Amino acid sequence: MQMHQTARNDVLLELRDLETRFYGEESVTRALDGISFQVMKGETLGVVGESGCGKSVTALSILRLLPKVSARIVGGEVRFHGCNLLELSDREMRKIRGDQIAMIFQEPMTSLNPVYTIGHQIAEAVQIHTKASRSVAKAKAEEMLRLVRIADPERRVSNYPHEMSGGMRQRAMIAMALACSPELLIADEPTTALDVTIQAQILRLIVDLKERTGTAVMFITHDLGVVAETCQRVIVMYAGRIVEQATINDLFASPAHPYTQGLMRSMPDPRRGRQRRLPEIPGIVPSLRDPIVGCSFAPRCPFAIDICREKTPVLRDVRAGHTAACWRAEEVMGA
Amino acid sequence: MAAYILRRFVSTIAVMAMVGIFIFLLLRLAPGDPAAMIAGRNAAPQLIASIREQLGLNDPIPVQFMRWVRDILGGDFGTSIFAGRPVLELISQRLEPTLSLAILTMILSVTVGVSFGILAAWRTGGLVDRLLAAFSAVGYSVPVFVIGYFLIYFFAIRTHWLPVQGYVPFNQGLGPWFVHLILPTVALGLGYIAFVARVTRASMLEVLSEDYMRTAAAKGASSYAMLFQHALKNAGVPILTVIGISFAYLIGGVVLTETVFNLPGIGRLVVNAINNRDYPIIQSVLILTSGLYVLINLAVDLAYTLIDPRIRY
Repeated sequence: MQMHQTARNDVLLELRDLETRFYGEESVTRALDGISFQVMKGETLGVVGESGCGKSVTALSILRLLPKVSARIVGGEVRFHGCNLLELSDREMRKIRGDQIAMIFQEPMTSLNPVYTIGHQIAEAVQIHTKASRSVAKAKAEEMLRLVRIADPERRVSNYPHEMSGGMRQRAMIAMALACSPELLIADEPTTALDVTIQAQILRLIVDLKERTGTAVMFITHDLGVVAETCQRVIVMYAGRIVEQATINDLFASPAHPYTQGLMRSMPDPRRGRQRRLPEIPGIVPSLRDPIVGCSFAPRCPFAIDICREKTPVLRDVRAGHTAACWRAEEVMGA
Repeated sequence: MAAYILRRFVSTIAVMAMVGIFIFLLLRLAPGDPAAMIAGRNAAPQLIASIREQLGLNDPIPVQFMRWVRDILGGDFGTSIFAGRPVLELISQRLEPTLSLAILTMILSVTVGVSFGILAAWRTGGLVDRLLAAFSAVGYSVPVFVIGYFLIYFFAIRTHWLPVQGYVPFNQGLGPWFVHLILPTVALGLGYIAFVARVTRASMLEVLSEDYMRTAAAKGASSYAMLFQHALKNAGVPILTVIGISFAYLIGGVVLTETVFNLPGIGRLVVNAINNRDYPIIQSVLILTSGLYVLINLAVDLAYTLIDPRIRY
């Protein structure tokens, strides 16, 4: 891969105005409507939002894994080490997938191939990207299983996915993703499908491995609690756009977008004791099929005024390192 | 696993017993008297009666049945009423052309059908996919004898590329044997190619949208590895099933094909036997093909375990 010298050497991945659309029978969905953000080397970036806000589409767009028939990236750039991934050939792209950028998915029950052993599937990742022999790759698979703390890895390498629990399969997925020491790991809701106790273990594991390997992690979740435990910086997405971006401390201390505020209020908080009912954000996410005039959150927003319904707010600095796409961000922060 | 195979063999015995009763009754209850056929058109009633006595046709049907079962279990499939030679000998003489045709047809339809189906699923709506749709319409709806005569006309009569009809035994040379079997195999195979390809396509399409295919892509796997390693093995169970079913249907197709291409196989032996009411031949061929079919089904069921580790008996 050709490496360009960027002004800021610590930028690993940069998305610029990424636009992804889905094409249905009669309609076009603007799944991503101009997404720009950066992932720094070694950092953990959280991407938060409701279902359908474009989190997973962002991840799949980066790796160019969108369904070929129905989805297309229509604009923007995905720069990895300064090189635009959208301009690479399929062959060059394959060399990056699983090697420099790896991904783990939400459903550990269905994301592993049922007819091959765990060891085979981990070894395959190694063999695709290195010249390792079969036996070396097999040994590496065992080593990776040990790394993700699966008990009895010598035996587990020859297990099939259906012989493992959900938590163990997700560990195996992580082992597979990290087998080639990627520089960026995209974790798309890795704990959503798991039991609460297992969730905590898997989160801990990802954080630990991240610290040990120095891999940057893009952590996609709808759960702000998970973000608080794992991430340094957060991006909040709504209806295919980024509405707020801040460090974890800034975001929790003073959210600048009414949507972020709404998300935080709807989190259960044990310190407040048992509440009668969690507050929810009224209304529903707008359809992305029709062009949205003004702020996409305006119909659900308690702060909305005339300008919100007429002009689309752009992301702007509300203070150093904290951006929000809201006309009334300052008032929201003060509220 | 061993217990399962044992259980299946026991149930096979029950199935074969049912098949045996059915075959036996079907022929005995059908109109037509073999003794009259043997005796000839204007034979005296006394002659017919003595032939009936000789063949044991006057005994009660249960007695005839038990005698037949005992003989078969002892390896004696009887003597042809018409040819006067042991049935087993007649069948083994006719076995080679039939087996050659059946095996070549299976090889052709599995290799071409599976590849065709994979390519069609890989690029849905693409050229190969549309070709397959058109091809399977033809393959399904045009009967073997139409395709057969069409092939003979173009590739044998008009161009003289291939022989019109006939069979050359394997031991007289691989080349002539193969050349004579090309047209029959293609004529018989087109329908099965379409069948296997449609099922492969459907099965592959389902698998290609599975989450683990995306995982494989995220690993950096090539299209080839995705299709032939990750997808095909998962799509294998339905494909294997239709191959098993095809083999059963093949038995019917072979009879027609042997007639069109004048191959001296089991199919024509049976057709002649039916015309002559030659019970021992009809019964033996039916019981042997039923047995073969049951065995193939068992083999297919066992082969599932090789493809899918989740299937255990």
